[in-house]
Amino acid sequence: MKLPGITLIAIGYFERKMLDALADEVSNEYHTDVYLREEFKDLSPFFDPARKQYNGNALLKEIESQYALENRKTIALVTVDLFIPILTYIFGQAYLNGRTGIASMYRLSNERYGLPRNDELLFDRCVKELVHELGHAYGLIHCRTLRCVMLSSTYVEDIDQKSMHLCMECQKILGIHDHKK
Amino acid sequence: MSTNINMLIVDDEESVRDSLYNWFIEDGYEVGCAENASVALNMLEKKDFDIILADIKMPGMDGLEMLKRIKTIKPSAIVIIMTAFATVDTAVQALKDGAFDYVTKPFDPDDLSHLIRNASKQIALSSENESLKSRITNLEQVEDLIGSSEAMQQVLREVQSVAPSNASVIITGESGTGKELIARAIHANSPRKFFPMVSVHCGALSESLLESELFGHEKGAFTGAVYNRKGRFEMADNGTIFLDEIATISAKMQIELLRVLETKSFMRVGGNKLINSDFRVICATNKDLKKMVDNGTFREDLYYRLNVVNILIPPLRERVDDIPLLVDYFIRKYCNAMSRNIVSIEPAAIRKLKEFEFPGNVRELENMIERAIVVGNGKEIRVKDLPLSQESVVSSSVESLDELEKKHIQLILNKYDWNISRASKALQVDRVTLYNKIKKFDLKQPD
Repeated sequence: MKLPGITLIAIGYFERKMLDALADEVSNEYHTDVYLREEFKDLSPFFDPARKQYNGNALLKEIESQYALENRKTIALVTVDLFIPILTYIFGQAYLNGRTGIASMYRLSNERYGLPRNDELLFDRCVKELVHELGHAYGLIHCRTLRCVMLSSTYVEDIDQKSMHLCMECQKILGIHDHKK
Repeated sequence: MSTNINMLIVDDEESVRDSLYNWFIEDGYEVGCAENASVALNMLEKKDFDIILADIKMPGMDGLEMLKRIKTIKPSAIVIIMTAFATVDTAVQALKDGAFDYVTKPFDPDDLSHLIRNASKQIALSSENESLKSRITNLEQVEDLIGSSEAMQQVLREVQSVAPSNASVIITGESGTGKELIARAIHANSPRKFFPMVSVHCGALSESLLESELFGHEKGAFTGAVYNRKGRFEMADNGTIFLDEIATISAKMQIELLRVLETKSFMRVGGNKLINSDFRVICATNKDLKKMVDNGTFREDLYYRLNVVNILIPPLRERVDDIPLLVDYFIRKYCNAMSRNIVSIEPAAIRKLKEFEFPGNVRELENMIERAIVVGNGKEIRVKDLPLSQESVVSSSVESLDELEKKHIQLILNKYDWNISRASKALQVDRVTLYNKIKKFDLKQPD
């Protein structure tokens, strides 16, 4: 079964090479086409001065209304720090079984935690976040399998513990198990 | 990670509801949302929610008031109070009112995950606890208490009425009437049901053995006491001790027992440490204890200590209406135990059973049905499958020798169809003697 295609919208400044590589990884995981789109969107309307962060709920709604298409999953990648009213921060979020998701690179880089820059690790974390949020958009809920990318992660260290891939069970749910053989 | 936990989010801010909703459905929870307390309470009346996350400040009823209401509707519900402005006072109040936790918005995602994981564990533990309790209740349920007769219904009413109290009970009844079952029913319906019911058959033990059995003993207390041993009173701590055949205990044991009942403390045989035990005592006897008190064989003070409530179980012959019910119950019980199809019983057999005296009471009926199932044709219990021959009829109501002789002669005559020669041979008397006995007892051949 072929899953609906994906539109990856990069909002902000990214290396094109990195975006292409991210799109390839995502495409390989879900066995579907990924259309890459770069946008230079003003995110200031989503900035909350009290929290000095960007409102993830409002941004998700904006992506849904401005970019989402029928029969495609749209995910926006941003570099700003996201929050939702009830939580201090989020790595990303998506409408479960919906059309849209968002993922932030802000808390994925080592420098945020006083550690040396590691681009390779940042790339891996970024792939995991995109695959995870897209998993929700395809209807997957959190998985208990330790290495599954759909395992819930609340710290960046948690993200490092899991693989970039869906476990067999999650693949079966999406009907893409056969592609892996 | 699909779960079967239902969650309710109560917050007047839509963005908070949406955020939590999205967060939890991604975790596989079933989530409901309410914008205020009254909507939430309505939802709770229609659906069972396991975890309720409620904001403390809401228009109308606040979170703390709602918490109190929820605890009256569903005491086991886990309520987590959320607030943007935490104060120690409100936190303490929330926890006093039964909140599971009190958290300040916004939460760290990891804290929220931990909180819900802990709440889920609590729910799993509570549900496991409930299931274990219900299994214990099932184990303790006394199914063998069958009877629709007024006499038996009265006994069951007394059981229900006395069970919740701590009162001592004496159960009186003939052998085989089910005195221990009644004791079990009292225990199973009492607040002590989760603790043991310890039975002691006083009649089966000598005085010294009974003493050691009831109070326990220390190593070396007597020859053969190679280990320390807990006594039955100690084992029955928080539970019930059932003393069967209480009328058989010696005068010395009566004094010991009285002292233990008064102080709820005792020493093991050979020990010097006072042991306390909180037990309820239920006794059973087939003797008339009051009569024993009157003739001085049972201590009056012990009698009054034990006899707070007296339950008299009627013999089966006084409640023959219960026989069909009991027969039906025993047929099912033994057919299931023997993995056989349920057999029926012919109406004539029921009639015969109702006419039978049952000196051994329900126990005798039970044995009779078990035997009939074993020896029967596997379809129906017939009269001939029941050991109702008059040999077994030695009525406990027959007291005089004359009456016994009369019944026995009638039995033998009936057995040999009033053939005087064969009957006199069986009775080992000559024919003249038999004729004289027939005349004396005014015996008549049945039509």
